[in-house]
Amino acid sequence: MTTAKIETLKNALVVALGDRIQELVEALGELTLVVKSEDLLAVAKILRDAPAVRCEELIDLCGVDYSTWGESVQTGRRFAAVCHLMSITHNWRLRLRSFAPDDDFPMLDSVTGVWPNADWYEREAFDLFGIIFSGHNDLRRILTDYGFVGHPFRKDFPLSGNVEMRYDPDQKRVIYQPVTIEPREVTPRIIREENYGNLGKQ
Amino acid sequence: MAEIRNYTLNFGPQHPAAHGVLRLVLELDGEVVQRADPHIGLLHRATEKLAEHKTWIQSLPYMDRLDYVSMMCNEHAYCLAIEKLLGVDVPLRAQYIRVMFDEVTRILNHLLWLGAHALDIGAMTVFLYCFREREDLMDCYEAVSGARMHAAYYRPGGVYRDLPDVMPQYQPSPYRNDKKLRDLNSNRQGSLLDFMEDFTIRFPRYVDEYETLLTDNRIWKQRTVGIGVVSPERAMALGFTGAMLRGSGVEWDLRKKQPYETYDRVDFDIPVGVNGDCYDRYLVRIEEFRQSNRIIRQCIDWLRANPGPVITANHKVAPPSRVGLKSNMEELIHHFKLFSEGIHVPPGEVYAAIEHPKGEFGIYAVSDGANKPYRLKIRSPGFAHLAALSEMSKGHMLADVVAIIGTQDIVFGEIDR
Repeated sequence: MTTAKIETLKNALVVALGDRIQELVEALGELTLVVKSEDLLAVAKILRDAPAVRCEELIDLCGVDYSTWGESVQTGRRFAAVCHLMSITHNWRLRLRSFAPDDDFPMLDSVTGVWPNADWYEREAFDLFGIIFSGHNDLRRILTDYGFVGHPFRKDFPLSGNVEMRYDPDQKRVIYQPVTIEPREVTPRIIREENYGNLGKQ
Repeated sequence: MAEIRNYTLNFGPQHPAAHGVLRLVLELDGEVVQRADPHIGLLHRATEKLAEHKTWIQSLPYMDRLDYVSMMCNEHAYCLAIEKLLGVDVPLRAQYIRVMFDEVTRILNHLLWLGAHALDIGAMTVFLYCFREREDLMDCYEAVSGARMHAAYYRPGGVYRDLPDVMPQYQPSPYRNDKKLRDLNSNRQGSLLDFMEDFTIRFPRYVDEYETLLTDNRIWKQRTVGIGVVSPERAMALGFTGAMLRGSGVEWDLRKKQPYETYDRVDFDIPVGVNGDCYDRYLVRIEEFRQSNRIIRQCIDWLRANPGPVITANHKVAPPSRVGLKSNMEELIHHFKLFSEGIHVPPGEVYAAIEHPKGEFGIYAVSDGANKPYRLKIRSPGFAHLAALSEMSKGHMLADVVAIIGTQDIVFGEIDR
């Protein structure tokens, strides 16, 4: 997005939302709006309906687990839902993030009433991260297997999973058993000093 | 009077019209669909989780396997996201090559869609015609990357290598005589660009052939006109993008509205539907064939006239040349670090989207400065489209569900991820 467009959107957001804005960050030509979880639903309605903002399309909604952010342990709260909104009227995009207040029982308001296609996206975030969306009327698992235990995209869920499936010739049926794969890291995760290789300068 | 109850029908996952591994639980009243509940996830491979455990470049070939009928477009969105975070510039020639292959991919995707959609509704011939043309384009993929499908050709900073000067030819075989062999190789005497130019000259006539078979065909119209109608307001609310949105009459194409690469330097038109039914979406995609062909022609002309580098010279992002690698110590170190440790992407988050043949394909990448993504989210167009299946098929006959699945251009690699 062009700088002029971001300025216009920024001003429109300040007018429409006022002190509901917790944070409004511009980076890499994109605008990120952070709101408190209790404001999420009201803000979503305004973003869709306010004529100066008009984000009529929800492009994407996903969960993020910030528990291992950086190399240090987490600083803030753990789970967030990130919505990517798009306005066809004004041709701009906006990222909306809201953190779930409770790390052990992450819960956010469902935006299915505002954007109907949030239905499957919220089911996905529930399935993979265990974020509960209150007000969603059909919050089932969507991507994982029937009867799956756990939320696989959480950072503390091992890449190889916890159970594996095999056919047991004695019992003559498919059984679940603890995984026999040993966890290994092929390439270590490395964070270099800032400005390594002079990348990221715009 | 006997009590009449709704009937629940299990459709798929082993069904030729389910386009892979879709399991639909349909609630039927007689033959009329009351509710459709798609059960997805049978092809879930956790690409996003795997990407968190691999370096940025190692997960690039996974992108091919998302939507496995439009491979290079998936890579494109992924590379755009990384490039945006890195702030590297892509050479102009690489941008043109990407645009050209995006359009080749669009034709490939639409050919498969058209063939499969027509086959689902009962037209066999179109399928055979479409696969004939797909073969030529697959050969282009192979000539440029070495692989017919999973190319891994786009790389952060450009493309893997320049276009080849020689087009691979058919070899003698006991199953074809010399004349047949000469005919097959007649348009493969020059470079890849010559072969593609020959294709762009032939292709409009092929599209006419498909249209002769379908556009005014009475049975085709009976099966598609008025089926799965979506109003423009509803299409936006349901998160439709691409041909599904344009079929409903919303003029929206990222190539025009938010141009990336060199789409603002080529001429093309955006077809828009009127009624928002399966037939309009069919017409939109047919016109996209012709427009893609037009873009490829312009790219060929530009690429002929403008040689140059095809990948960035920043060796923290792209590997150095083989010659440099063997004569220069620093290049050797770069090469080693790049392939053992990978690219270090500065901290930040980015969303990069492209106009994929199926709709908007986006990559939301969160980096904490490491050599691996912190979180990668793939926004696949088919996911939003399939979510609307229940609404689109409500009140239609069971056989129309097949037409609606066809028109949505569903591929499970991208939906289940």
